[in-house]
Amino acid sequence: MADTIQFDLVSPERRLASFEASAVQLPGTDGDMTAMPGHSPVISTLRPGIVRVQASGGDKSYVVTAGFVEITEDSVSVIAERAHAGDEVTKDDLTPVLEEAREAASKAEAEHKDGAEKFVADLVQLMEDME
Amino acid sequence: MPNLKDLKNRISSVKSTRKITKAMQMVAAAKLRRAQEAAEASRPYAERMLAVMGGLAASVGGSDSAPRLLTGTGAEDTHLLVVMTSERGLCGGFNSTIVRKVRGQIAELQGAGKTVKLLTVGKKGREQLRRDYGDLMVAHVDLSEVKRIGYANAAEIAGDILKRFDAGEFDVATIFFNRFESVITQIPTATQIIPAVFEDDADGTSTLYDYEPSEEAILEDLLPRGVATQIFAALLENGASEQGARMSAMDNATRNAGEMIEDLTIQFNRTRQAVITNELIEIISGAEAL
Repeated sequence: MADTIQFDLVSPERRLASFEASAVQLPGTDGDMTAMPGHSPVISTLRPGIVRVQASGGDKSYVVTAGFVEITEDSVSVIAERAHAGDEVTKDDLTPVLEEAREAASKAEAEHKDGAEKFVADLVQLMEDME
Repeated sequence: MPNLKDLKNRISSVKSTRKITKAMQMVAAAKLRRAQEAAEASRPYAERMLAVMGGLAASVGGSDSAPRLLTGTGAEDTHLLVVMTSERGLCGGFNSTIVRKVRGQIAELQGAGKTVKLLTVGKKGREQLRRDYGDLMVAHVDLSEVKRIGYANAAEIAGDILKRFDAGEFDVATIFFNRFESVITQIPTATQIIPAVFEDDADGTSTLYDYEPSEEAILEDLLPRGVATQIFAALLENGASEQGARMSAMDNATRNAGEMIEDLTIQFNRTRQAVITNELIEIISGAEAL
């Protein structure tokens, strides 16, 4: 079995990253997980958070706000609606996203309310983590 | 005999037209390259997205709890046609081919007794369709202020369409756009986006995934995004097609202007020669009369 996995990060507008990694830490909706070579195939949605990738060329981190991940034995594909390389994004970039989310949460109907509020809470947590 | 002065004016006016069409052609060529790159860059996302959704849809599709975006409303009485055209003209048959396809579709649907609603993206299509089908239009999206089409634009359009779907305004949504084949060929294409259709995955070797949270929850989360993704892809294809169509239209116009200049120049030279000959005849016959 190979000791690396193919890591891809794509957003609608471009492919942000594609390289070999040894482990990928992901903010799954139901909890964080780390994908390593030989991981059983999983498809999971992501909550706003930081994707940390360990690779031979050094560790990299990416900020994603929504999307999902497809993990197979030898690859991890993060399909994110909004994603930035960790060193490119600042808290200021996320502030408008947070405001938008807060507004959506305040307007949301009962059945979506929990989800929208969780999204806001996750964003706040993410911004705290970035400090 | 045409006036020499008039001919000269016409030649110079055709020359400046040629300069403009040439410039537009080159601008379109540059924009086309950028549009193609954007379409290329968006492809991995769309492919992954649709692949995952296709797999999910296949496994959830049969169950009763499957989302309505996948199974539809159970009826197909009201059709929403989303028509994507350009914001500017001077791009040959680009808009007309799309509009012709839409007209055909409307006639067919109305003939079958269905209700048709129109949502137009881009000014040109709206102008052409308003005359006959003005009363069918439910909304228009104006992208004339948008310099570079981003995912946010597509998400906005998708949001509007999904809101209408939730409100029960239509049963089936189809997008019409020009698929970019090459600079000279753009193919008007219709794609049904709601309820979602997936091409059957022929290879049965797809991996069995664990789903977190559940298959239904993921699918419910993904389907609206799938709509946005398809609209985004269509917008980009359409953008590239528009530039391609404009480029070849302006190339033709430039060539025609060149031919016209040649013809006019020949006519100008002949006329000038005729004028000189005439004057010579007058001078000679005047001299002979003395």
